[in-house]
Amino acid sequence: MSLSEWLITKRSKSIKKNIKQIQLTVPEGLWIKCDQCGLLMYFKTLNKNHKVCPQCKHHFQTSSYDRIEQILDQTSWKSINSNLASTDPLGFCDQKLYGKRLQDMKMKTGLLDAVQTGTGTIKGISVAFGIMDFRFMGGSMGSVVGEKLTRLIETATRLNIPVIILCASGGARMQEGMLSLMQMAKISSALHKHQQQGLVYLPILTSPTTGGVTASFAMLGDLIIAEPNALIAFAGRRVIEQTIREDLPDNFQTSEYLFQHGFIDLIIPRTKLRDMLYQILSFYYNPKN
Amino acid sequence: MSNRKGVSLDFLKPVIELEYQVDQLGKIAGHNKLWVYQQLYIFQKKLADLKKEIFHSLTPLQRLHLVRQADRPTTLDYIPYILDNWIELHGDRGGADDLALVGGIGRLNGSTVMFVGHQRGKDTKDNVVRNFGMASPGGYRKALRLMQHANRFNFPILTFIDTPGAWAGIEAERLGQGEAIAVNLREMFSFNVPIICTILGEGGSGGALGIGIGDTILMLEYAVYTVATPEACAAILWKDSKLSLEAAEALKITSSDLKVLGVIDRVVHEPIGGSQSNPQQAALTLKQELITELNILQKFTNDERKELRYQKFRKMGTFYEE
Repeated sequence: MSLSEWLITKRSKSIKKNIKQIQLTVPEGLWIKCDQCGLLMYFKTLNKNHKVCPQCKHHFQTSSYDRIEQILDQTSWKSINSNLASTDPLGFCDQKLYGKRLQDMKMKTGLLDAVQTGTGTIKGISVAFGIMDFRFMGGSMGSVVGEKLTRLIETATRLNIPVIILCASGGARMQEGMLSLMQMAKISSALHKHQQQGLVYLPILTSPTTGGVTASFAMLGDLIIAEPNALIAFAGRRVIEQTIREDLPDNFQTSEYLFQHGFIDLIIPRTKLRDMLYQILSFYYNPKN
Repeated sequence: MSNRKGVSLDFLKPVIELEYQVDQLGKIAGHNKLWVYQQLYIFQKKLADLKKEIFHSLTPLQRLHLVRQADRPTTLDYIPYILDNWIELHGDRGGADDLALVGGIGRLNGSTVMFVGHQRGKDTKDNVVRNFGMASPGGYRKALRLMQHANRFNFPILTFIDTPGAWAGIEAERLGQGEAIAVNLREMFSFNVPIICTILGEGGSGGALGIGIGDTILMLEYAVYTVATPEACAAILWKDSKLSLEAAEALKITSSDLKVLGVIDRVVHEPIGGSQSNPQQAALTLKQELITELNILQKFTNDERKELRYQKFRKMGTFYEE
């Protein structure tokens, strides 16, 4: 080693010792930046505004627990069938065992599957409420989601109350193969019986609602409600681009696009959802006010 | 099988080679007839055994490729063998006549029935016209109109499923592909007439289910019914679309798998080599099955049958209940 090299190594060592790393770590999630307008806000401000950006009204993703708090009356939520859990009927293993994925998701979200079902009241009107949770495996619909929603609709038919299902899903759960596809049929049949009894069914489409969910219960509502700028699609955007090799319109597959083409009754921002749901339900449940 | 154009399945190569040998042998039957006939017989026996062996051990992905072949009989190929006096009907009364989903009326063993089914093309030009059997919202709405018509006049409904999936295009989304399929799903549970669905080839997910609600679901032996194509599944779950073989195995798409899962009711046997090797025999086997199943279904009252249909789909799915 030459003299100059020795000098360089000695200098870098001494520099390393002298630099003190000032650790200034802010706990994760305390300050949130809006994806759309870039506004930096304290997380409690965002939560108080139903997870909607106060500046540009961009709707953030929420959990099913948040939804229960935001929409139903306090303490009216009675969960049903919360003990249903998925099996692994196909013994599916892609990059991870399906069973292991389910366990990891349970740890992450506290839920046994991608939907919470139960009854509650909205300003006094009893409803059967199902909320899909996108955090659990992308809200994918498997046997348990199908069974819980079917039982929810059957309960509503028995109790003569309306059904509201909040949809947030990436589609059918591939790990359960054809059984997932059949859940589309199962839920649609339960909705048929519910309809035969003259009861009202209101799906609320949130971002994203795609695939098998769009092709079954999301589009079967008596009134179809959507959140602003939600991704509502049947085929994925990339699949369409690859199939037709053309550019897609700008607001393609958003709630506004479906609204223009006649598939959605109402676009309701999340902050007004509870009040408007009450207003709509009271037309049916208190017609001669 | 050897005079089929463009056979590209690699697992059929030994069969084709053997058939060629048999042909050549037949041509030199001029001299030394007895010896030639003996050899011919041996070869033909070998050929039959080879075919049986290959077709009994097809992997799911090979089955998918087999049913996607151009010479696979389509809905309109089967109908003349199954129905007498049949007429094709058209239009969704809403601005479209989708050529990918056909329907019509005819007689099955003397009684009037209504049929709807996906229609693939026989060659490239035909495929473009038929959109490869991928139906648009207009097609599902045409199917719904015909099925409602059948319900009103008390005709049983036969559906034939053979589609890579519902059409994924801008027009399809704009006209409400999801809504069209959803409405079909719900309405098919309301029909008072018997419904028998048969999967002829490829059952592509929601596009297939759009006419796939029935009292009895039949499936041809080598047909496949998928929730997502193995290529798409491999791309999403394995992050590598070349792993479609593993994806196809994992998804359990073959007729025997689905019989075990309770998704289909009966497997209809195909001639060795698939229905494309003997379309007439395949169609007549299917016709017999349809007649048998329809006779069973017609013994129930309308309400009993609707409740059985509801319970059939109600039972699908597995879960733990703690």
